[in-house]
Amino acid sequence: MEAASIPVRATRAAPLTALQNFFSRWGLIIVLLALPLAFAASDIASGHGLSHIIENLKDGVSNGAIWALVAIGYTLVYGIIELINFAHGDVFMIGSFVAFGMWGTLGVTLSTGKLGVAGGLIVAGLIAMIACGALNVMIERVAYRPLRGAPKLAPLITAVGFSFILQNVGLEWLGGSQHGVDDLVHAQHILFNIGGVKIINADVLAIGVTVPLVIVLVLFVQNSRMGKAMRATAQDPEAARLMGINVDTTISFTFLLGGLMAGAAGLIYALYNTTIRFDQGFEAGLIAFTAAVMGGIGNLRGAVLGGVIIGCIQQISDDRINSTWTPAIVFGYLILIMVFKPQGLLGEETREAG
Amino acid sequence: MKEIKQFFATIGETWDGLPPIARRGFGVVALVLLILLPFAFTAGGDFIDNATRALAYSVMALGLNIVVGFAGLLDLGYVAFYALGAFTIGWFGSGFYAFVNHEKGIHVAVNGVTDTLPGIHINFLLILVAAVIVCAVFGVLIGLPTLRLRGDYIAIVTLAFGEIIGRVAVNGDSLKVGHYALTAGRQGITPIDSPDLPLLSEFGPLNLRPWYWLALGMALLSLFVNFRLRDSRLGRAWIAVREDEVAAASMGVPLVRTKLLAYATGAGFGGMAGAFFAAYFNTVNADQFEFSFSIFILAMIILGGLGSIWGVVVGAITLSYINTYFIPGPFKSLPHTFGLNFDLTDLSFGIFGFLLVIMMVLRPEGLIPERRRKLELTEGVGSGEEALYEARA
Repeated sequence: MEAASIPVRATRAAPLTALQNFFSRWGLIIVLLALPLAFAASDIASGHGLSHIIENLKDGVSNGAIWALVAIGYTLVYGIIELINFAHGDVFMIGSFVAFGMWGTLGVTLSTGKLGVAGGLIVAGLIAMIACGALNVMIERVAYRPLRGAPKLAPLITAVGFSFILQNVGLEWLGGSQHGVDDLVHAQHILFNIGGVKIINADVLAIGVTVPLVIVLVLFVQNSRMGKAMRATAQDPEAARLMGINVDTTISFTFLLGGLMAGAAGLIYALYNTTIRFDQGFEAGLIAFTAAVMGGIGNLRGAVLGGVIIGCIQQISDDRINSTWTPAIVFGYLILIMVFKPQGLLGEETREAG
Repeated sequence: MKEIKQFFATIGETWDGLPPIARRGFGVVALVLLILLPFAFTAGGDFIDNATRALAYSVMALGLNIVVGFAGLLDLGYVAFYALGAFTIGWFGSGFYAFVNHEKGIHVAVNGVTDTLPGIHINFLLILVAAVIVCAVFGVLIGLPTLRLRGDYIAIVTLAFGEIIGRVAVNGDSLKVGHYALTAGRQGITPIDSPDLPLLSEFGPLNLRPWYWLALGMALLSLFVNFRLRDSRLGRAWIAVREDEVAAASMGVPLVRTKLLAYATGAGFGGMAGAFFAAYFNTVNADQFEFSFSIFILAMIILGGLGSIWGVVVGAITLSYINTYFIPGPFKSLPHTFGLNFDLTDLSFGIFGFLLVIMMVLRPEGLIPERRRKLELTEGVGSGEEALYEARA
């Protein structure tokens, strides 16, 4: 599988090999640093100092925290059954919608007191997480499990199909246009100011939810019995089954974890951007998938790293180039990474990428 | 269920049992009926409109079938070629570049009123050829980076290319060289020159018959090329690559050339149909080049049966009619009868998504399966856990 797809050249000049080694190790990092460094240089050249680019990066990190949570869902699922769960972005969208709906149900509005808002957010967040987790497990059961033995393209096609179904659910739910969400946490309120960089409520929220969740998840996968089962199944499903691991349950559980993260991300997204839209999941899904591939698919820390990096790229492009070009730029990075460094920053060579 | 299966099996056997002359005769009769069909309906009516779209979608689906069905390369960015084909006629067959040649325009082999309009106006057939060439070149360009990849990574890379081209189409009005923008952005390029072909009456919005015949001609050409390609050395190479890349390579199939040719031919058909659609709708609207279009075409070939030429045609016609006739027409108010307060038109893409899932889970080989594909797909499915590990090994 690996050998045949890459034409092997028999002879290669020595300096060329050195150059190639250099680029295979540093090329991706150079490409990733290109945008921020270019704009930082132009800022300094025009005498503005670094605070603007640092603010971009700060926005990028907090925005990237959301992508990191979604990317974890991709990376977990890909790690265990080597499937791009195309519907995952739309599960994230449903998470936003559920959270939004829960505020309506609980009656949390701008006039609610601080304690009420906090309680409402926690309840809404938990319900969104559970809803997304259950949805993800259901999708796996209906659309992927029956196709375990089929060619790899089959589950990918059902995944795309489910993505469309979920988008349509979202469309029927809140209509085709952007839907405003009450600015419950006063997202743009400046909390404090470090060296000219404003830290706003939205940043604190995004980082404050993502970091504990990721730590808990990593500890869980590393230490718990189920986490061990997940890693074993990822390595070799057959051997795992021989060791008495219920592979189907383990896979379902992986989807559950991914869904929980997506639900949390959906909640933060709604509060962070204060608008939600039925097709937010498509783009978010591709951005998060780019993040997962960038970090090395199958690698949890890589997904977080990738999410933060892609968040920065997106923010810089939104702010400095034009937000209408951002998707094209992100997709450009996606292609570059998938083609030239499919193993990502932290990942190992995958079977897929060879 | 069993009786239905038996019924179709009997039909198939009877068909195979007929002498070749009878089969050929049947084909000729069907063809004549198809050509005469428009005379039975009003020239500007819905029937011919729907039939024309169905035929043009068949061309697209047949093109995608070469890439996905024959060569097994899942292309989720097929909309790119729709866009490129449409822009080829937008650039070379409309008044979009009104300032060229001191506002007198450039005219190549066009006559009538078009000959005096500003902008670039080139004969429709030449534009079709140009669209095919442009798309084939882009097909190779998009295919090149995916050569090292397999399976789902190819899908994502092609999807990303499709999205980038869609973005460029929407934002292209800001990409300017001098006076000349790349695209008209969301405004769209309109009007587009109507084709002007010998033997056919005048093309226009009120007389759709010539459009139908043109689409029929394109569909027949695509069918012919598809059949010839499938049975050719190249077609067998595609199927070999699809079945087992390593085995194919070690049997001497040149992987790079084979794959790139699949991308190029598939893209060519997409470009041809794209140019036709742009002329037919009389506009190149950048907003329509979305991912959902790729999935619409993909759903056609999945429904009909990956790799099965007649199946793909049936799938394309079915989905096209569902999209242009059944959803806006007879079934529109179906949800209301169940007490739901929305139209079926809102659900169209959910329906296609549902079709993809249902087909893949229940009948992955499609309505009219290709014989080889059916064997391949039924081998593993449903035989329990063992299959999982075989597929992953």
